[in-house]
Amino acid sequence: MSGLRAWLIDPAPRSPMQARAGQLWLGWLRLARNPLALIGLLIIVALLAAAALAPWIATHDPYAQNLAGRLQPPLSPGHWLGTDEFGRDIWSRLVHGARITLYIVALVTVTAPVVGLIIGTVSGYFGGIVDTALMRLTDIFLAFPRLILALAFVAALGPGIENAVLAIALTAWPPYARVARAETLTVRGADFIAAVRLQGAGAGRIVVGHVMPMCVPSVIIRVTLDMAGIILTAAGLGFLGLGAQPPLPEWGLMIASGRKFLFEQWWVATMPGLAIFIVSLGFNLLGDGLRDVLDPRSATR
Amino acid sequence: MTDTASLPRRNGSAPALRLAKRVAGLALTLAATFLGLLAITFVIGRVIPIDPVLAVLGERATAEQYEAAREAMGLNQPLWVQFGLYVRDALSGDFGKSLVTAKPVLEDVARVFPATLELATIATIFGVLFGIPAGVIAATRPGSLADQLVRLIGLMGYSMPVFWLGLMGLLVFYGELGWVGGPGRLDTSYEFMYELDVPARTGMILIDTALAGQWEIFANALSHILLPAGVLGYYSMAYISRMTRSFMIDQLGQEYITTARVKGMPEWRVVWVHALRNVMVPLITVIALSYANLLEGSVLTETVFAWPGLGLYITHALFSADMAAVMGGTIVVGTVFILLNMLSDVLYRLIDPRARA
Repeated sequence: MSGLRAWLIDPAPRSPMQARAGQLWLGWLRLARNPLALIGLLIIVALLAAAALAPWIATHDPYAQNLAGRLQPPLSPGHWLGTDEFGRDIWSRLVHGARITLYIVALVTVTAPVVGLIIGTVSGYFGGIVDTALMRLTDIFLAFPRLILALAFVAALGPGIENAVLAIALTAWPPYARVARAETLTVRGADFIAAVRLQGAGAGRIVVGHVMPMCVPSVIIRVTLDMAGIILTAAGLGFLGLGAQPPLPEWGLMIASGRKFLFEQWWVATMPGLAIFIVSLGFNLLGDGLRDVLDPRSATR
Repeated sequence: MTDTASLPRRNGSAPALRLAKRVAGLALTLAATFLGLLAITFVIGRVIPIDPVLAVLGERATAEQYEAAREAMGLNQPLWVQFGLYVRDALSGDFGKSLVTAKPVLEDVARVFPATLELATIATIFGVLFGIPAGVIAATRPGSLADQLVRLIGLMGYSMPVFWLGLMGLLVFYGELGWVGGPGRLDTSYEFMYELDVPARTGMILIDTALAGQWEIFANALSHILLPAGVLGYYSMAYISRMTRSFMIDQLGQEYITTARVKGMPEWRVVWVHALRNVMVPLITVIALSYANLLEGSVLTETVFAWPGLGLYITHALFSADMAAVMGGTIVVGTVFILLNMLSDVLYRLIDPRARA
C-alpha cells in the first residue's frame, strides 16, 4: 500500500501513465476532503448498485399485480414502502426505476456533450462566418425555454423514452458548445497547435485529435453539474405522460399515477418523488465537489 | 427646470448616435433570434408524422380534393417559400386555429396568459423578498451555520422536481392543514361571482377584484395562489439567494467597503446600503432570468394545480394533438423569454454607468 502511495505521489513520474494516475490520486484526495461531495458520491454509488443488482435487491416483481393487496400503506408486511393502485410493490418498482433513470441520463450524456463539443470546437477553431453562424444558432437554442422546447419536440416525435432522450439532448447541447468554444479559443493559438499544423495536419485532424481533448475536462464538469437537471426534465416529461409509458416503473410516471390518490394514499406519489430528490441531490453535491477539484481557477488558488 | 435646459450639452449628438446604433443592433439581434425561433417551430411542425392536409380533409377525400387543399395550404411550394409564408403569418399574429377551441390560437393565448403572468409575478416577488436577504446574510458570514443553511436550501431547490413539491404542498397545506385553497384559481362558488360581478380588465384575478372592490373574491383568489406561487417562488429564491451571495462576497472585498468601515460607518449600513446598492445591478439580470424561467416552470406547476394558464393550455393541446396551439403557445413563451432576456440586458446597461460607456 505504501509502495503504491509512494508511486502515486512521486514528484518525478517515470511514465505518462504514472503521472496521470498521480493526478487522479491528488484529485481524489481533494474531493475526499469535502464531506458533502462524498455523500453525493455515496448516493450515486448506491444508485449504480441498485440499478446493477435490481433483480436481487427488489423484493417483488415490479410488474406483478396483486389487486387484493392494492394501496397498502408503508411498513405493511412484505411491502415496506407500501403498494400502488395495482398492488405492485413500490420499493421493487423504485429499484427497477433506477435503471430507467440511469439509462436516460447515460444516453443524454453521451449525445448532447458530443454534439456541443463538435459545434463548439469547429466554431472556435475556424472562426469568421462559421463561428458567427454556429454561435447564433446556439444563442437561439439558449434563448428558448428548455422544457417547452423538449415538449414541442416530443409532441412532434411522439411520446416514449427514446424520444424524450432525443428531445432532452436536442435542448441540452448549447451550453456545452459555449464551453467548448471558449476553451478552443484559448488553445487554438498555442504553439503545439502551430507545430501540428506545420507538420501538415489537416483542420479535421487538428480539431478532433488536438483541440477536442483539451476541451473535454471543462465539458465533463458541466455535464456532472447538468445531470440533476437532466433527471428532473426526464421526470417532468414522464409526469406529463410524454416520457416513459406505463407500465414502466419510471419515477416521474409513478408520481403521476399516485396523483389520483394523493390525499388518501399519500405514499404512492411521495416515495418516487423522494427517490428523484435524493438522486438529484447526489448528482448536485458531487458536481459541486468535482467542480472545486477540476476547475483550474479554484485549484490554483 | 430652466437651469438644466440652459446648461451646455456636452458631446453634442454623439450619445444620441451611439444610442441609435445600439438600438438598431439590439433590434437586429432580436429579429434574428425571433426568426430562429420560428425556424425551429417550423422544422418541428414539418417532422410531425401527421399529414396536415389529411388532418383537415379527413381520410375519405378524393385525389383532386387532396391536391386542391394541398395547393390552397401552400404545401406544394418549395420549402423556403413555405417558410416565408409561415413567417408572414406569424408576423401578422396568425398562428392558425386551435382544433380544440376552434378559435385563433393568438386569441386563446391572450385569454390564458394573464393567469400565468399573475402566478409568475407573485412567485418572483416571493423569490426576491426571501432570496436577497438570505443571500446577503449568507455572504456576511461565509461558512457560518446561516451560510450552510442558505446553501442547503438552495441545493434542495436545485434537486426537487417542481411537480412533486407542488403535490407535497397540496397534501400538507391543503389536505392536512387546510390553510390554503386547493387547485384552480378560485373555489367553484366564487367562480360564478367572478364571472358575473368582476369586469375583466387585466385578466389577473387579484388586480381585477381589487379594482372592483370585491374583497371576498380577492381573499379567495389569494388563498388559491399562495401555494403554487410559493412553490415556484422557492425555486426563484434558491437561484436569487445563491447569486446574491456570490455578488455580495465580491462587493464586500472591495476597497470602498474598507473605506466605509474605517470611517466608522455602522456595519449594517455598509452591507445593506453601500454594498447592496452595487449588488442590485447584476441582480437585475438574475431576477429577469428567474422570471423567464418561471414561465417555463409554470408548465408543470400549472398541471399540478389545475391553473388555467399558458402551461396548462400547451399540455392540454399536446394531448389533443392540437399542433397549431402547441406551436403558437411555444412561440409566445419563447418570445416572452427572449424579450425578458433583452430587457435585463438593456436595464443592466442603463443602471450600470460602466456598461454604458
